[in-house]
Amino acid sequence: MFFVFPAVLLLLAIYIIPMIVLAAFSVTDYQLGALSTSFIGLENFRKAFADPVFMRALLNTVIYAVIVIPVGVFLALGIALLVYNRKRSRAFWEIAYFLPVTATLVAMATVFQFLLHPSLGPVNAAITWFGFEPVGFLSNPSLLIPTMAIIGIWQVLGFNMVLFLAGLTAISKDLHEAVRIDGAKNPVDRFLTVTWPMLGPTTMFVVVTTSISAFKVFETVAVLTKGRSGSEVLLYALYLEGFEYSNTGYAASLTLIFLAIVLILSIGQTLHMDRKVHY
Amino acid sequence: MLALRKYMPHAVLGLGAFVMLLPFYWMFLTSIRSPAEIFSVSLWPIPQKFAAVDNYSRAAGQVPMLKFMANGVIVCFGILIVQILTAVPAAYALAKLRFPGRKLLLTLIIAALTVPIQALALPLFVGLAKAQMLNTYFAMMMPFLLSVFAIFLFNQSFRSYPDEIIEAARMDGFSELEICWRLVLRGSLPSLAAFSVFSLVAHWNDLYWPMIVVTDTNLAPPPLGMLFFADVESGANYGALMAGATIITAPMVVCFLLARKHFIAGITMTGVK
Repeated sequence: MFFVFPAVLLLLAIYIIPMIVLAAFSVTDYQLGALSTSFIGLENFRKAFADPVFMRALLNTVIYAVIVIPVGVFLALGIALLVYNRKRSRAFWEIAYFLPVTATLVAMATVFQFLLHPSLGPVNAAITWFGFEPVGFLSNPSLLIPTMAIIGIWQVLGFNMVLFLAGLTAISKDLHEAVRIDGAKNPVDRFLTVTWPMLGPTTMFVVVTTSISAFKVFETVAVLTKGRSGSEVLLYALYLEGFEYSNTGYAASLTLIFLAIVLILSIGQTLHMDRKVHY
Repeated sequence: MLALRKYMPHAVLGLGAFVMLLPFYWMFLTSIRSPAEIFSVSLWPIPQKFAAVDNYSRAAGQVPMLKFMANGVIVCFGILIVQILTAVPAAYALAKLRFPGRKLLLTLIIAALTVPIQALALPLFVGLAKAQMLNTYFAMMMPFLLSVFAIFLFNQSFRSYPDEIIEAARMDGFSELEICWRLVLRGSLPSLAAFSVFSLVAHWNDLYWPMIVVTDTNLAPPPLGMLFFADVESGANYGALMAGATIITAPMVVCFLLARKHFIAGITMTGVK
Protein backbone atom coordinates (compact mmCIF):
# COMPACT_ATOMS: atom_id res chain seq x y z
CA MET A 1 0.00 0.00 0.00
CA PHE A 2 2.03 2.91 -1.25
CA PHE A 3 -0.08 5.56 0.53
CA VAL A 4 1.18 4.51 3.94
CA PHE A 5 4.61 3.37 2.76
CA PRO A 6 6.56 6.61 3.51
CA ALA A 7 4.85 6.95 6.88
CA VAL A 8 5.60 3.34 7.85
CA LEU A 9 9.22 3.71 6.76
CA LEU A 10 9.65 6.88 8.82
CA LEU A 11 7.80 5.36 11.77
CA LEU A 12 10.38 2.57 11.73
CA ALA A 13 13.34 4.92 11.30
CA ILE A 14 12.30 7.58 13.82
CA TYR A 15 10.37 5.67 16.47
CA ILE A 16 10.59 1.89 16.41
CA ILE A 17 14.25 1.22 15.63
CA PRO A 18 15.51 4.04 17.90
CA MET A 19 13.40 2.74 20.79
CA ILE A 20 14.94 -0.72 20.39
CA VAL A 21 18.42 0.77 20.12
CA LEU A 22 17.78 2.92 23.19
CA ALA A 23 16.74 -0.10 25.24
CA ALA A 24 19.83 -1.96 24.02
CA PHE A 25 22.15 0.95 24.94
CA SER A 26 20.70 1.14 28.43
CA VAL A 27 22.10 -2.27 29.42
CA THR A 28 25.62 -1.58 28.14
CA ASP A 29 28.48 0.70 29.10
CA TYR A 30 28.60 2.06 25.54
CA GLN A 31 30.33 5.40 25.07
CA LEU A 32 30.12 7.13 21.70
CA GLY A 33 33.44 6.53 19.94
CA ALA A 34 34.58 3.81 22.35
CA LEU A 35 36.24 0.75 20.83
CA SER A 36 34.76 -1.90 23.06
CA THR A 37 31.40 -2.20 24.74
CA SER A 38 30.15 -4.76 27.19
CA PHE A 39 26.83 -5.90 28.54
CA ILE A 40 26.35 -4.76 32.13
CA GLY A 41 22.69 -5.60 32.79
CA LEU A 42 20.84 -3.18 35.04
CA GLU A 43 24.01 -1.61 36.39
CA ASN A 44 23.21 1.76 34.75
CA PHE A 45 19.87 1.98 36.53
CA ARG A 46 21.45 1.07 39.87
CA LYS A 47 24.09 3.72 39.25
CA ALA A 48 21.44 6.31 38.35
CA PHE A 49 19.60 5.93 41.65
CA ALA A 50 22.90 6.12 43.54
CA ASP A 51 24.14 9.13 41.55
CA PRO A 52 23.78 12.26 43.74
CA VAL A 53 23.70 14.57 40.69
CA PHE A 54 20.90 12.66 39.01
CA MET A 55 18.92 12.34 42.24
CA ARG A 56 19.26 16.10 42.78
CA ALA A 57 18.08 16.65 39.20
CA LEU A 58 15.08 14.42 39.82
CA LEU A 59 14.26 16.17 43.10
CA ASN A 60 14.65 19.64 41.57
CA THR A 61 12.37 18.69 38.68
CA VAL A 62 9.75 17.46 41.13
CA ILE A 63 10.00 20.69 43.15
CA TYR A 64 9.68 22.68 39.91
CA ALA A 65 6.60 20.66 38.91
CA VAL A 66 5.05 20.98 42.37
CA ILE A 67 5.24 24.78 42.04
CA VAL A 68 4.25 25.06 38.38
CA ILE A 69 1.32 22.60 38.28
CA PRO A 70 -1.02 24.01 40.97
CA VAL A 71 -0.20 27.68 40.31
CA GLY A 72 -0.20 27.26 36.53
CA VAL A 73 -3.55 25.45 36.58
CA PHE A 74 -5.55 27.36 39.20
CA LEU A 75 -4.30 30.82 38.33
CA ALA A 76 -5.19 30.08 34.71
CA LEU A 77 -8.65 28.96 35.79
CA GLY A 78 -9.13 32.20 37.70
CA ILE A 79 -8.01 34.28 34.72
CA ALA A 80 -10.26 32.28 32.39
CA LEU A 81 -13.29 32.86 34.65
CA LEU A 82 -12.62 36.60 34.68
CA VAL A 83 -11.89 36.81 30.94
CA TYR A 84 -14.92 34.69 30.02
CA ASN A 85 -17.39 37.25 31.36
CA ARG A 86 -15.80 40.23 29.61
CA LYS A 87 -17.71 41.15 26.50
CA ARG A 88 -15.88 43.91 24.69
CA SER A 89 -12.42 43.59 26.21
CA ARG A 90 -12.13 39.79 25.92
CA ALA A 91 -9.93 39.84 22.79
CA PHE A 92 -7.49 42.20 24.47
CA TRP A 93 -7.08 40.02 27.58
CA GLU A 94 -6.70 36.91 25.45
CA ILE A 95 -3.85 38.54 23.55
CA ALA A 96 -2.15 39.84 26.69
CA TYR A 97 -2.17 36.48 28.46
CA PHE A 98 -1.48 34.32 25.42
CA LEU A 99 1.46 36.31 24.07
CA PRO A 100 4.08 34.50 26.23
CA VAL A 101 2.98 31.14 24.78
CA THR A 102 4.03 32.16 21.27
CA ALA A 103 7.28 33.84 22.28
CA THR A 104 10.59 32.02 21.88
CA LEU A 105 11.43 30.91 25.41
CA VAL A 106 15.19 31.08 24.88
CA ALA A 107 14.96 34.76 23.97
CA MET A 108 12.51 35.51 26.77
CA ALA A 109 14.75 33.75 29.31
CA THR A 110 17.54 36.24 28.51
CA VAL A 111 14.99 39.02 29.04
CA PHE A 112 14.11 37.54 32.44
CA GLN A 113 17.79 37.33 33.30
CA PHE A 114 17.97 41.07 32.75
CA LEU A 115 14.60 41.84 34.46
CA LEU A 116 15.75 39.97 37.57
CA HIS A 117 19.29 41.37 37.54
CA PRO A 118 20.30 42.38 41.09
CA SER A 119 21.32 45.95 40.20
CA LEU A 120 20.13 46.65 36.63
CA GLY A 121 16.73 44.98 36.67
CA PRO A 122 13.43 46.75 37.36
CA VAL A 123 12.18 43.94 39.61
CA ASN A 124 14.90 44.42 42.16
CA ALA A 125 14.62 48.19 41.72
CA ALA A 126 10.97 47.88 42.80
CA ILE A 127 11.89 45.60 45.70
CA THR A 128 14.49 48.05 47.02
CA TRP A 129 12.08 50.97 46.49
CA PHE A 130 9.69 49.25 48.91
CA GLY A 131 12.55 49.10 51.39
CA PHE A 132 13.56 45.45 51.13
CA GLU A 133 16.94 43.92 50.41
CA PRO A 134 17.50 43.05 46.72
CA VAL A 135 16.77 39.39 45.97
CA GLY A 136 19.40 37.27 44.23
CA PHE A 137 16.93 35.40 42.05
CA LEU A 138 19.68 33.91 39.90
CA SER A 139 22.63 34.00 42.30
CA ASN A 140 21.17 32.33 45.38
CA PRO A 141 21.22 28.57 44.59
CA SER A 142 18.11 27.85 46.64
CA LEU A 143 16.11 30.39 44.63
CA LEU A 144 17.07 29.05 41.18
CA ILE A 145 14.29 26.47 40.89
CA PRO A 146 11.55 28.80 42.22
CA THR A 147 12.73 31.54 39.82
CA MET A 148 12.56 29.17 36.88
CA ALA A 149 9.17 27.98 38.09
CA ILE A 150 7.94 31.59 37.91
CA ILE A 151 9.11 31.79 34.30
CA GLY A 152 7.47 28.42 33.61
CA ILE A 153 4.18 29.65 35.07
CA TRP A 154 4.48 32.89 33.08
CA GLN A 155 4.73 30.85 29.91
CA VAL A 156 2.04 28.26 30.58
CA LEU A 157 -0.74 30.52 31.94
CA GLY A 158 -2.09 31.69 28.59
CA PHE A 159 -2.10 28.17 27.18
CA ASN A 160 -4.09 26.83 30.13
CA MET A 161 -6.38 29.87 30.11
CA VAL A 162 -7.40 29.14 26.51
CA LEU A 163 -8.12 25.49 27.35
CA PHE A 164 -10.30 26.58 30.27
CA LEU A 165 -12.08 29.14 28.09
CA ALA A 166 -12.94 26.36 25.64
CA GLY A 167 -14.18 24.25 28.55
CA LEU A 168 -16.32 27.12 29.85
CA THR A 169 -17.87 27.72 26.43
CA ALA A 170 -18.94 24.08 26.35
CA ILE A 171 -20.97 24.44 29.57
CA SER A 172 -24.44 25.40 28.51
CA LYS A 173 -25.88 28.76 29.53
CA ASP A 174 -29.19 27.03 30.34
CA LEU A 175 -27.53 25.04 33.07
CA HIS A 176 -26.36 28.23 34.75
CA GLU A 177 -29.81 29.74 34.39
CA ALA A 178 -31.47 26.66 35.90
CA VAL A 179 -29.17 26.76 38.92
CA ARG A 180 -29.77 30.48 39.35
CA ILE A 181 -33.56 29.90 39.42
CA ASP A 182 -33.04 27.03 41.84
CA GLY A 183 -31.65 29.54 44.27
CA ALA A 184 -27.89 29.55 43.83
CA LYS A 185 -27.72 33.36 43.70
CA ASN A 186 -24.13 33.63 44.83
CA PRO A 187 -21.54 33.34 42.01
CA VAL A 188 -19.36 31.22 44.30
CA ASP A 189 -22.24 28.76 44.83
CA ARG A 190 -22.88 28.63 41.11
CA PHE A 191 -19.19 28.00 40.47
CA LEU A 192 -19.07 25.13 42.96
CA THR A 193 -22.33 23.48 41.90
CA VAL A 194 -22.07 23.82 38.11
CA THR A 195 -18.87 25.21 36.65
CA TRP A 196 -16.30 23.28 38.66
CA PRO A 197 -17.87 19.80 38.21
CA MET A 198 -18.59 20.45 34.54
CA LEU A 199 -14.99 21.56 34.00
CA GLY A 200 -13.71 18.25 35.41
CA PRO A 201 -12.45 16.73 32.13
CA THR A 202 -10.87 20.03 31.06
CA THR A 203 -9.12 20.41 34.40
CA MET A 204 -7.81 16.85 34.17
CA PHE A 205 -6.44 17.54 30.70
CA VAL A 206 -4.84 20.82 31.78
CA VAL A 207 -3.19 19.18 34.81
CA VAL A 208 -1.74 16.41 32.62
CA THR A 209 -0.36 18.71 29.91
CA THR A 210 1.05 21.10 32.52
CA SER A 211 2.80 18.29 34.38
CA ILE A 212 4.31 16.87 31.19
CA SER A 213 5.67 20.25 30.15
CA ALA A 214 6.93 20.83 33.71
CA PHE A 215 8.95 17.60 33.58
CA LYS A 216 10.45 18.77 30.28
CA VAL A 217 11.87 22.03 31.67
CA PHE A 218 15.06 22.68 29.74
CA GLU A 219 15.36 26.04 27.94
CA THR A 220 15.36 28.23 31.03
CA VAL A 221 18.08 26.09 32.61
CA ALA A 222 20.15 26.07 29.42
CA VAL A 223 20.03 29.87 29.19
CA LEU A 224 20.07 31.01 32.81
CA THR A 225 22.34 28.61 34.66
CA LYS A 226 23.70 25.92 32.33
CA GLY A 227 22.68 23.44 35.01
CA ARG A 228 25.03 24.76 37.67
CA SER A 229 24.62 23.65 41.26
CA GLY A 230 21.10 24.15 42.56
CA SER A 231 19.46 24.06 39.15
CA GLU A 232 20.09 20.51 37.92
CA VAL A 233 16.96 19.21 36.22
CA LEU A 234 16.09 15.92 34.56
CA LEU A 235 16.43 16.87 30.89
CA TYR A 236 19.54 18.96 31.41
CA ALA A 237 21.23 16.11 33.31
CA LEU A 238 20.24 13.83 30.45
CA TYR A 239 21.61 16.29 27.90
CA LEU A 240 24.95 16.56 29.69
CA GLU A 241 25.45 12.81 30.12
CA GLY A 242 24.37 11.88 26.62
CA PHE A 243 25.67 14.69 24.46
CA GLU A 244 28.39 16.53 26.39
CA TYR A 245 30.09 13.65 28.20
CA SER A 246 29.13 10.95 25.64
CA ASN A 247 28.14 8.44 28.33
CA THR A 248 25.69 6.93 25.87
CA GLY A 249 24.81 3.78 27.80
CA TYR A 250 24.25 5.61 31.07
CA ALA A 251 22.28 8.40 29.36
CA ALA A 252 20.09 5.75 27.71
CA SER A 253 19.07 4.43 31.11
CA LEU A 254 18.32 7.99 32.29
CA THR A 255 16.25 8.48 29.12
CA LEU A 256 14.19 5.40 29.95
CA ILE A 257 13.54 6.73 33.45
CA PHE A 258 12.47 10.07 31.95
CA LEU A 259 10.29 8.26 29.41
CA ALA A 260 8.63 6.20 32.13
CA ILE A 261 7.66 9.40 33.98
CA VAL A 262 6.27 11.01 30.82
CA LEU A 263 4.36 7.86 29.86
CA ILE A 264 2.72 7.59 33.26
CA LEU A 265 1.69 11.23 33.01
CA SER A 266 0.44 10.94 29.44
CA ILE A 267 -1.71 7.83 29.75
CA GLY A 268 -4.57 10.00 30.91
CA GLN A 269 -3.93 12.42 28.09
CA THR A 270 -3.96 9.79 25.35
CA LEU A 271 -7.18 8.29 26.66
CA HIS A 272 -8.65 11.76 26.54
CA MET A 273 -7.29 12.62 23.09
CA ASP A 274 -8.64 9.38 21.71
CA ARG A 275 -12.11 10.66 22.41
CA LYS A 276 -11.69 14.27 21.46
CA VAL A 277 -8.89 16.51 20.22
CA HIS A 278 -8.69 19.74 22.14
CA TYR A 279 -8.98 22.91 20.09
CA MET B 1 -19.83 48.96 46.01
CA LEU B 2 -21.47 48.47 42.62
CA ALA B 3 -18.62 50.29 40.92
CA LEU B 4 -16.18 48.07 42.77
CA ARG B 5 -17.89 44.93 41.49
CA LYS B 6 -17.91 46.33 38.00
CA TYR B 7 -14.28 47.40 37.83
CA MET B 8 -12.68 44.83 40.10
CA PRO B 9 -12.26 42.17 37.36
CA HIS B 10 -10.66 44.72 35.05
CA ALA B 11 -8.29 45.85 37.77
CA VAL B 12 -7.23 42.27 38.58
CA LEU B 13 -6.84 41.35 34.92
CA GLY B 14 -4.96 44.57 34.27
CA LEU B 15 -2.48 43.87 37.04
CA GLY B 16 -1.94 40.36 35.72
CA ALA B 17 -1.54 41.58 32.16
CA PHE B 18 1.07 44.08 33.35
CA VAL B 19 3.15 41.20 34.72
CA MET B 20 2.62 39.11 31.57
CA LEU B 21 3.61 41.93 29.21
CA LEU B 22 6.39 43.53 31.27
CA PRO B 23 9.11 41.26 29.78
CA PHE B 24 8.08 42.21 26.24
CA TYR B 25 7.96 45.90 27.09
CA TRP B 26 11.32 45.79 28.88
CA MET B 27 12.90 43.84 26.02
CA PHE B 28 11.77 46.33 23.40
CA LEU B 29 12.54 49.38 25.52
CA THR B 30 16.07 48.19 26.30
CA SER B 31 16.64 47.37 22.64
CA ILE B 32 16.19 51.05 21.67
CA ARG B 33 18.00 52.56 24.65
CA SER B 34 21.62 53.66 24.85
CA PRO B 35 23.94 51.73 27.22
CA ALA B 36 24.12 54.71 29.61
CA GLU B 37 20.37 54.70 30.18
CA ILE B 38 20.18 50.97 30.83
CA PHE B 39 21.71 51.62 34.22
CA SER B 40 18.98 54.04 35.20
CA VAL B 41 16.27 51.34 35.59
CA SER B 42 13.38 53.51 34.48
CA LEU B 43 10.16 52.32 32.88
CA TRP B 44 9.72 55.66 31.09
CA PRO B 45 8.92 54.71 27.47
CA ILE B 46 10.85 57.39 25.58
CA PRO B 47 14.62 57.04 25.68
CA GLN B 48 16.63 60.22 26.07
CA LYS B 49 19.00 59.05 23.40
CA PHE B 50 17.61 56.81 20.70
CA ALA B 51 20.10 53.96 20.24
CA ALA B 52 18.01 51.47 18.26
CA VAL B 53 20.29 51.63 15.21
CA ASP B 54 23.39 50.92 17.31
CA ASN B 55 21.82 48.04 19.20
CA TYR B 56 20.19 46.33 16.25
CA SER B 57 23.22 46.64 14.00
CA ARG B 58 25.38 45.27 16.79
CA ALA B 59 23.01 42.33 17.21
CA ALA B 60 23.16 41.68 13.47
CA GLY B 61 26.94 42.24 13.29
CA GLN B 62 28.24 40.37 16.33
CA VAL B 63 26.55 37.13 15.28
CA PRO B 64 24.86 36.26 11.96
CA MET B 65 21.38 37.06 13.27
CA LEU B 66 19.85 37.16 9.78
CA LYS B 67 21.45 33.81 9.00
CA PHE B 68 19.80 32.35 12.12
CA MET B 69 16.44 33.62 10.90
CA ALA B 70 17.01 32.17 7.42
CA ASN B 71 18.02 28.83 8.99
CA GLY B 72 14.85 28.87 11.07
CA VAL B 73 12.72 29.48 7.98
CA ILE B 74 14.45 26.71 5.98
CA VAL B 75 14.19 24.16 8.78
CA CYS B 76 10.60 24.99 9.81
CA PHE B 77 9.18 24.98 6.28
CA GLY B 78 11.23 21.94 5.29
CA ILE B 79 9.80 20.05 8.24
CA LEU B 80 6.24 21.24 7.60
CA ILE B 81 6.25 20.34 3.89
CA VAL B 82 7.55 16.81 4.46
CA GLN B 83 5.19 16.32 7.41
CA ILE B 84 2.20 17.17 5.23
CA LEU B 85 3.45 15.07 2.30
CA THR B 86 3.88 11.98 4.48
CA ALA B 87 0.94 12.41 6.87
CA VAL B 88 -1.90 13.27 4.49
CA PRO B 89 -1.78 10.10 2.33
CA ALA B 90 -1.25 7.92 5.40
CA ALA B 91 -4.20 9.52 7.17
CA TYR B 92 -6.34 9.15 4.05
CA ALA B 93 -5.49 5.45 3.79
CA LEU B 94 -6.22 4.92 7.49
CA ALA B 95 -9.51 6.77 7.31
CA LYS B 96 -10.92 5.61 3.99
CA LEU B 97 -9.09 2.54 2.64
CA ARG B 98 -8.94 -1.06 3.79
CA PHE B 99 -5.52 -2.68 3.90
CA PRO B 100 -3.84 -5.38 6.00
CA GLY B 101 -2.20 -4.06 9.16
CA ARG B 102 -4.43 -0.98 9.37
CA LYS B 103 -5.37 -1.58 13.02
CA LEU B 104 -1.75 -2.24 13.95
CA LEU B 105 -0.56 0.94 12.25
CA LEU B 106 -3.19 3.02 14.04
CA THR B 107 -2.18 1.51 17.38
CA LEU B 108 1.50 2.23 16.72
CA ILE B 109 0.70 5.83 15.81
CA ILE B 110 -1.29 6.39 18.99
CA ALA B 111 1.52 4.80 21.01
CA ALA B 112 4.08 7.02 19.26
CA LEU B 113 2.05 10.11 20.24
CA THR B 114 3.18 9.68 23.83
CA VAL B 115 6.90 9.46 23.01
CA PRO B 116 8.62 12.86 23.23
CA ILE B 117 11.57 13.78 21.01
CA GLN B 118 13.82 13.92 24.07
CA ALA B 119 13.41 10.14 24.43
CA LEU B 120 14.43 9.47 20.82
CA ALA B 121 17.23 12.01 20.71
CA LEU B 122 20.02 9.73 21.92
CA PRO B 123 19.73 6.87 19.36
CA LEU B 124 18.96 9.33 16.54
CA PHE B 125 22.02 11.37 17.48
CA VAL B 126 24.23 8.26 17.48
CA GLY B 127 22.81 7.23 14.10
CA LEU B 128 23.43 10.66 12.58
CA ALA B 129 26.92 10.79 14.09
CA LYS B 130 27.78 7.39 12.60
CA ALA B 131 26.45 8.53 9.22
CA GLN B 132 28.60 11.71 9.48
CA MET B 133 25.49 13.83 9.11
CA LEU B 134 25.71 16.06 12.18
CA ASN B 135 25.75 19.78 11.40
CA THR B 136 23.41 19.57 8.42
CA TYR B 137 19.92 20.90 7.78
CA PHE B 138 18.86 17.28 7.30
CA ALA B 139 19.97 16.39 10.84
CA MET B 140 17.89 19.25 12.24
CA MET B 141 14.78 18.11 10.36
CA MET B 142 15.18 14.34 10.52
CA PRO B 143 13.27 13.42 13.72
CA PHE B 144 10.32 15.58 12.68
CA LEU B 145 9.84 14.39 9.10
CA LEU B 146 6.97 12.21 10.27
CA SER B 147 4.40 13.80 12.54
CA VAL B 148 2.32 11.07 14.14
CA PHE B 149 0.23 13.88 15.55
CA ALA B 150 -0.59 15.08 12.02
CA ILE B 151 -1.61 11.57 10.97
CA PHE B 152 -3.78 11.25 14.06
CA LEU B 153 -5.41 14.64 13.53
CA PHE B 154 -6.00 14.26 9.78
CA ASN B 155 -7.30 10.72 10.27
CA GLN B 156 -9.95 12.05 12.64
CA SER B 157 -10.84 14.88 10.32
CA PHE B 158 -10.86 12.80 7.08
CA ARG B 159 -13.15 10.19 8.61
CA SER B 160 -16.06 12.62 8.51
CA TYR B 161 -15.67 13.15 4.76
CA PRO B 162 -18.71 11.57 3.01
CA ASP B 163 -17.97 8.17 1.41
CA GLU B 164 -20.57 8.81 -1.33
CA ILE B 165 -18.50 11.63 -2.79
CA ILE B 166 -15.40 9.42 -2.85
CA GLU B 167 -17.38 6.64 -4.57
CA ALA B 168 -18.76 9.08 -7.13
CA ALA B 169 -15.27 10.45 -7.79
CA ARG B 170 -13.94 6.94 -8.35
CA MET B 171 -16.75 6.32 -10.88
CA ASP B 172 -15.73 9.50 -12.68
CA GLY B 173 -12.23 8.15 -13.03
CA PHE B 174 -10.42 10.15 -10.34
CA SER B 175 -7.30 8.39 -9.12
CA GLU B 176 -6.88 7.75 -5.38
CA LEU B 177 -4.12 10.37 -5.28
CA GLU B 178 -6.44 12.99 -6.73
CA ILE B 179 -9.22 12.03 -4.33
CA CYS B 180 -6.84 12.31 -1.39
CA TRP B 181 -5.20 15.63 -2.23
CA ARG B 182 -7.88 17.43 -4.22
CA LEU B 183 -11.10 16.34 -2.52
CA VAL B 184 -10.60 15.00 0.97
CA LEU B 185 -7.83 17.38 2.06
CA ARG B 186 -9.86 20.33 0.78
CA GLY B 187 -12.58 19.37 3.24
CA SER B 188 -10.10 19.61 6.11
CA LEU B 189 -8.44 22.96 5.44
CA PRO B 190 -9.05 24.30 8.99
CA SER B 191 -7.21 21.27 10.41
CA LEU B 192 -4.40 21.81 7.92
CA ALA B 193 -4.11 25.48 8.90
CA ALA B 194 -4.14 24.72 12.61
CA PHE B 195 -1.57 21.96 12.24
CA SER B 196 0.71 24.20 10.17
CA VAL B 197 0.69 26.88 12.86
CA PHE B 198 1.33 24.27 15.53
CA SER B 199 4.27 22.78 13.64
CA LEU B 200 5.88 26.10 12.68
CA VAL B 201 5.67 27.54 16.19
CA ALA B 202 6.95 24.35 17.83
CA HIS B 203 10.01 24.09 15.58
CA TRP B 204 10.79 27.80 15.45
CA ASN B 205 11.03 27.78 19.24
CA ASP B 206 12.73 24.40 19.70
CA LEU B 207 16.14 24.42 21.33
CA TYR B 208 16.75 20.85 22.51
CA TRP B 209 17.32 19.05 19.21
CA PRO B 210 19.30 21.78 17.38
CA MET B 211 21.52 22.08 20.45
CA ILE B 212 22.37 18.38 20.08
CA VAL B 213 23.06 18.13 16.36
CA VAL B 214 24.41 21.59 15.52
CA THR B 215 27.67 23.10 16.70
CA ASP B 216 28.29 25.21 13.59
CA THR B 217 27.12 28.79 14.21
CA ASN B 218 26.20 29.21 10.54
CA LEU B 219 23.56 26.48 10.78
CA ALA B 220 21.97 27.55 14.05
CA PRO B 221 18.22 28.22 14.10
CA PRO B 222 17.06 31.27 16.12
CA PRO B 223 16.90 29.78 19.65
CA LEU B 224 20.36 28.21 19.37
CA GLY B 225 21.67 31.41 17.79
CA MET B 226 20.27 33.36 20.72
CA LEU B 227 22.10 31.04 23.10
CA PHE B 228 25.40 31.57 21.22
CA PHE B 229 24.77 35.32 21.22
CA ALA B 230 24.02 35.40 24.95
CA ASP B 231 27.31 33.55 25.57
CA VAL B 232 29.28 35.96 23.37
CA GLU B 233 27.79 39.07 24.96
CA SER B 234 27.60 37.46 28.42
CA GLY B 235 25.71 40.38 29.87
CA ALA B 236 28.10 43.06 28.71
CA ASN B 237 25.75 44.77 26.29
CA TYR B 238 22.11 44.41 27.24
CA GLY B 239 20.92 46.76 24.49
CA ALA B 240 22.26 44.52 21.74
CA LEU B 241 21.18 41.36 23.56
CA MET B 242 17.61 42.63 23.82
CA ALA B 243 17.70 43.73 20.19
CA GLY B 244 18.60 40.15 19.27
CA ALA B 245 15.81 38.79 21.46
CA THR B 246 13.36 41.20 19.80
CA ILE B 247 14.39 40.11 16.30
CA ILE B 248 13.93 36.42 17.18
CA THR B 249 10.64 36.82 19.02
CA ALA B 250 9.06 39.24 16.55
CA PRO B 251 8.00 36.88 13.72
CA MET B 252 5.86 34.65 15.92
CA VAL B 253 4.43 37.55 17.92
CA VAL B 254 3.51 39.47 14.74
CA CYS B 255 1.92 36.37 13.18
CA PHE B 256 0.00 35.79 16.39
CA LEU B 257 -1.34 39.34 16.42
CA LEU B 258 -2.37 39.06 12.75
CA ALA B 259 -4.03 35.63 12.95
CA ARG B 260 -4.98 35.27 16.60
CA LYS B 261 -7.79 32.76 16.11
CA HIS B 262 -5.72 30.39 13.93
CA PHE B 263 -2.80 30.69 16.28
CA ILE B 264 -4.74 29.82 19.40
CA ALA B 265 -6.45 26.93 17.59
CA GLY B 266 -3.11 25.63 16.34
CA ILE B 267 -1.11 25.87 19.51
CA THR B 268 -3.75 24.51 21.84
CA MET B 269 -4.53 21.60 19.53
CA THR B 270 -2.40 19.50 21.79
CA GLY B 271 -0.73 19.86 25.11
CA VAL B 272 2.37 18.12 23.86
CA LYS B 273 4.91 20.83 23.20
